[in-house]
Amino acid sequence: MFNAIVQVLDSTIRLSVPLLLACLAGLYSERAGIFDIGLEGKMLVGAFAGASAAAVFHSALIGLGTAILISVAFALVHGFASITHRGNQIVSGVAINFIAAGSTIILGQAWFSQGGRTPALQPGERFAAITWPGADAIRDVPIIGPIYAELISGHSILVYFAFAMVPFTWWVLFRTRFGLRMRAVGENPAAVDTAGISVAWLRYRALICTGILTGVAGAYLSMAQNGGFVKDMTAGKGYIALAALIFAKWKPVNAMFACLLFGFLDAASIRLQGSPLPLVGKVPAQFMQALPYVLTVILLAGFIGKAIPPRAGGVPYVKER
Amino acid sequence: MAQAAIELIGINKSFGAVRANRDINLEVERGTIHGIVGENGAGKSTLMSILYGFYQADSGEIRVGGKPVSIHTSNDAIALGIGMVHQHFMLVDNFTVLENVILGAESDALLKSSITKARSELDRLEREYGLEVDPDAVIEELPVGLQQRVEILKALYRGAEILILDEPTGVLTPAEADHLFRILKQLKDQGKTIVLITHKLREIMAITDTVSVMRQGTMVATRTTKETTVGELAELMVGRRVLLRVEKGQSEAGAVKLSVKNLTVKDQRGVTMVDDVSFDVRGGEIVGIAGVAGNGQSELLEAISGIRHAVSGEVMLDGKPIDLTGKADPGELRDRGLAHVPEDRHHVGLVLAFEENENSILGYHDDERYLKGPFLDVDAIMADAKDKIEKYDIRPTNPRLKTANFSGGNQQKIVLAREMEQDPGVLIVGQPTRGVDVGAIEFIHKRLIAMRDQGKAVLVVSVELDEIRSLSDRILVMFAGRVVGERGPDATEGELGLLMAGVEHQEAAE
Repeated sequence: MFNAIVQVLDSTIRLSVPLLLACLAGLYSERAGIFDIGLEGKMLVGAFAGASAAAVFHSALIGLGTAILISVAFALVHGFASITHRGNQIVSGVAINFIAAGSTIILGQAWFSQGGRTPALQPGERFAAITWPGADAIRDVPIIGPIYAELISGHSILVYFAFAMVPFTWWVLFRTRFGLRMRAVGENPAAVDTAGISVAWLRYRALICTGILTGVAGAYLSMAQNGGFVKDMTAGKGYIALAALIFAKWKPVNAMFACLLFGFLDAASIRLQGSPLPLVGKVPAQFMQALPYVLTVILLAGFIGKAIPPRAGGVPYVKER
Repeated sequence: MAQAAIELIGINKSFGAVRANRDINLEVERGTIHGIVGENGAGKSTLMSILYGFYQADSGEIRVGGKPVSIHTSNDAIALGIGMVHQHFMLVDNFTVLENVILGAESDALLKSSITKARSELDRLEREYGLEVDPDAVIEELPVGLQQRVEILKALYRGAEILILDEPTGVLTPAEADHLFRILKQLKDQGKTIVLITHKLREIMAITDTVSVMRQGTMVATRTTKETTVGELAELMVGRRVLLRVEKGQSEAGAVKLSVKNLTVKDQRGVTMVDDVSFDVRGGEIVGIAGVAGNGQSELLEAISGIRHAVSGEVMLDGKPIDLTGKADPGELRDRGLAHVPEDRHHVGLVLAFEENENSILGYHDDERYLKGPFLDVDAIMADAKDKIEKYDIRPTNPRLKTANFSGGNQQKIVLAREMEQDPGVLIVGQPTRGVDVGAIEFIHKRLIAMRDQGKAVLVVSVELDEIRSLSDRILVMFAGRVVGERGPDATEGELGLLMAGVEHQEAAE
């Protein structure tokens, strides 16, 4: 029983990492006043670019770099449409999602001819689990052993990166000049403008942060969690991340807990598939698969209280006459 | 002669076909308060935005402290010691005072040292100028007067020697405005130069040393304040003689049209805002309700017009009661001849994103005059809008223009035209001329008098005492939710002022 719980928690961590990275990515752009429904698409191109580059150049690091580069490029497209040309941010985000979904399959097929997949990554081309010192030695110690060996040790570097980004993001937001200005531009860009700071440049920088994090999220999916790119492998995680962001009220530490919760629901549904529940008996697999989404709706609808988004969110900045 | 702090020479600026500023020359002496007056759209704000680097002039020269300068961004202006307090505050509402002050003026990439520095600097400014404000308070929890003080502090923190204030008193209560003027005088005594943009002539007379008048993008005159009069300035602003006090004949009060009995209204928090208020308004008279903002006038208006729930009491319209549960259908009240010009035209009176013609029928859009079967009769609506535009001198004259693009005065005329042209028996008007310039005030006042002379009952609520005295046949003064006195139109300002401050009320209570 205890081991089962540890296993569920372990997969909770693994499953919540892409959510967390995407959620923090969304936090940067939304705090700066740019709605980004294109998290999903950026993750997807990141996953594809990362796995492709890793397979071709036989290097996980080159793969990660490429994932970030391409994802940032897509973020800049979003910025060009919605900051420079004051386009509708939702439309631009949706467009990015469509381009990502289509182009990854077409390019994948054209380059690798494996039905839209990228070649299976070999060890060295993907991010391996890091075993912490002494993990194997104390594995059999009751309670502490499994927790240390399974939960804390044995993840890829990207997992630790994702969780390190939580305090880092908090620090950036609330302790640095960039963070102060970024929060200000999401609330009242006119105040930033009259203070002599460029609204556009500030928002572009926030979007670059977003691009970097979605790139890492994508790389995690295709190069750590899986050994290659599969079409549509983000499977709506970008949208769940947005939901988690609202749930977290745009705060980094809350975002971590929200993502862990969604990750847990996902892990539990996988674990409970096919096994009979007490009282209810056997539940159809579809019900368990739907559970995280059903709970998302319930949580978002009823349990978060009032979530006030950044006030200038979604509105392109136009100098007033 | 003392050195000029700012000189503007031959400034031109166009927005498309509109020439907002033409050949403007302006000289502001160091250590003085210089007023710039003009109607809305005269180009005052544009001129100051050029000085603050928000816009670039098409041509012309700016000199600060005698030296020609080029100001391309707000940063340049700040570096030259120019600070600006905007009409709509440029504050981040959910930031603290400290965070707002340091925004854009941080000393390095981390906030810690900036915050320490700002804290001691604010302390110094507080001692030097009496600008008290809690540095850790969150902006949205501060009253507007204090928010404005934060704007001034922001400018001073950045080392401003020249302070531009754009319509600073528009949002302030009279007491807050007085406090602001004391602060400005103190700043002047310390050698700062202040440029005050306003369309309120009383303020100009009260506080400035010199005053420049703008009209339709040009600078028409500069006067020493002591040597000019309100009448002269108003005439220069509008370009013709202006009646500062409308002429009106004796009122011929008829039957009671609107009757309020023992009305009590509480706000969302359960605080009593209107306390046992009773009065009548007869046909053919204007009843004015005076009072400092926030003494229950807004709630009274809302309860009578059926948008706010009243706890007890009754309101009779033509002898029949109005539903006071807050569930009254404003449409039904309109049908019964009650027209309402709300205080807050931006949020209640108009949909700013709509075209002018749409707003000019809003609320009456299911009237069969504007319908063709189940559909809106666009031709009829346009004809109706054009008619109102002509009759109420609404400018620009394009009914397809978005309402947000009209000036405040013209927006107010759109609302007034809509409500008055329905020929209501009872008209209730909140702040008829808030943010409206002199020429339009005269027009609106004349219209209200005309309504009265047609035998309508008119109820006016205004925080402008001059307006109340000029319009009303009877004046009711509200203080702390109660009507504390009734006076005739010949009541003196001092007498009403005492009532508004609750002085007599407190004595009576003792």
